Amino acid sequence: MGMTISQKILANHSGLDSVKAGDLVQANVDIALANDITLPLALKPFEDAGGKRVFDREKVVVVLDHFNPAKDIDSASMLAKSRAFAKEMGLVNFFDVGDMGIEHALLPEKGLVGPGDLVIGADSHTCTYGALAAFATGVGSTDFAAAALTGKCWFKVPETMKFVLNGTLQPWVSGKDIILEIIGRIGVDGALYKSMEFAGEALAALTIADRLTIANMAIEAGAKNGIFPFDHITNEYCSGRFKRPFKIFETDEDAEFAEVIQLNLSDLEPVVAMPFLPENVRPVSEVKEVRVDQVVIGSCTNGRIEDLRIAARILKGNRVAKAVRLIVFPATPAIMLQAISEGLIQDIMEAGGAVSTPTCGPCLGGHMGILAKGERAISTTNRNFVGRMGHPESEVVLSSPAVAAASAITGHITNPSDIKLVQ
Amino acid sequence: MAFRGKVWKFGDDVNTDEIIPARYLSFTDPEKLAEHVMEDADPSFPGKVSKGDILVAGKNFGCGSSREHAPVAIKGAGIACVIASGFARIFYRNAFNMGLLILESPEASDKIREGDVIEVDQKLGIIHNTTSGETFQVTPIPAFMDELLSDGGLVEHIKKSASPR
Repeated sequence: MGMTISQKILANHSGLDSVKAGDLVQANVDIALANDITLPLALKPFEDAGGKRVFDREKVVVVLDHFNPAKDIDSASMLAKSRAFAKEMGLVNFFDVGDMGIEHALLPEKGLVGPGDLVIGADSHTCTYGALAAFATGVGSTDFAAAALTGKCWFKVPETMKFVLNGTLQPWVSGKDIILEIIGRIGVDGALYKSMEFAGEALAALTIADRLTIANMAIEAGAKNGIFPFDHITNEYCSGRFKRPFKIFETDEDAEFAEVIQLNLSDLEPVVAMPFLPENVRPVSEVKEVRVDQVVIGSCTNGRIEDLRIAARILKGNRVAKAVRLIVFPATPAIMLQAISEGLIQDIMEAGGAVSTPTCGPCLGGHMGILAKGERAISTTNRNFVGRMGHPESEVVLSSPAVAAASAITGHITNPSDIKLVQ
Repeated sequence: MAFRGKVWKFGDDVNTDEIIPARYLSFTDPEKLAEHVMEDADPSFPGKVSKGDILVAGKNFGCGSSREHAPVAIKGAGIACVIASGFARIFYRNAFNMGLLILESPEASDKIREGDVIEVDQKLGIIHNTTSGETFQVTPIPAFMDELLSDGGLVEHIKKSASPR
């Protein structure tokens, strides 16, 4: 029986010719990632397991992106512990204020992850790297500790659900709308324990930015990973950036799928996920009177240059509504610099938006944009659980950068095509 | 090994933000995290849960973030085990890795009510509801997970199976 890309990557890293869904394998990881929230909790298990040094100083990656620059004394202490570990272990790929970006935007940009890789990260959105034809999945701190020490991690080989994307995206519809639509259809546990593999003729028109957004939210459907096949778009993005040799795997013709779901992108309109689960997906047209107090554009889901270009195009020459707070978080320093040189930051700020250094802060209700009781945000982030961005009685609506920017101008959920663009 | 405890019932898709909100992620101490366990699902919960109590929930328990603070907070509160009709995958791994007992049983999840007193026989894989008299089977776990549990978590398993570097 044939194998899927995910199964082939797992087999390859386990020294096996083939694996099938349900097998348990012990695999070598190419990258083990942690951040300032998950690393401190990994220190004790690392030490308890006899950890004196990491298995590879280049392959254990630490990004201090969640509560950094420190939000309070407790987080400052966690950051200090993380810095001490990175120094003691001599980590080559350690990113702190100044170099730091949001991890899942930073690692692809720096070429630390690429085609055929097996990546684990103590952060649930590690699945983002599937956009680059890698098998990447989130784990907890203890799994990270074990992998950092031994270079290995155990996996149950997942079944695969195939999503066949056809058709052409309408204006202002992007990767975020595609993944929200999918989660709306299958639910927050629709792909539980499974691999979500994306296929179909529409991939030829999906940028790496769109693919990263889509793979990023595979976890919101419960998936183990989300993965795209390697093609010329992957090749173009990774060439000259990813330093290790590409390992290209293709899904066999006779590979078995748990389910095959077809999606015609031509039918897709801008959508949002209403509180309190990412599966509560509605077309913007159905909820456009819903008012917002805050708009957040950024995060590992939608903080890339392509996202900022879309936001700036809508905001340019317009004005953020009076009672609305727009906060924009370019995901990495390189993205920020690019946005400055393209004039995007100026467009956003002249429209009344605030622009911040990279941080995961507001997405998880950490800092830099916490909501009060009764407040509602529209956000390009990935979760809208109860209390996700602050008070348990606040609300988060998830959307694309285009819908978020349009909503900032009007103060309620808005279809970008209803905004008059100023050139 | 059997034990008995009082049940606190929760619904489907309980996420890790509800189990331990991000505003407490600057802590790693189990007792400190336990003071806020399940706070955003039920603000009164940390005040009323007692050592040895049991959580029973619906499908997809522990969905969302990979934060191990979630099983740490539950264990820190002295909760003996979590029974659900199903678990989100990262939470599932984390629970086994750090030694929180979790049991899958759709039937138990459906029928057990808040306040019931139940007995869990881990070895036999049986849950007995002393309040209603009903008995439920636990979905068996893969042999490898069983090995992890009997070794006392991933760290002990690694120490046992590989020589430390």
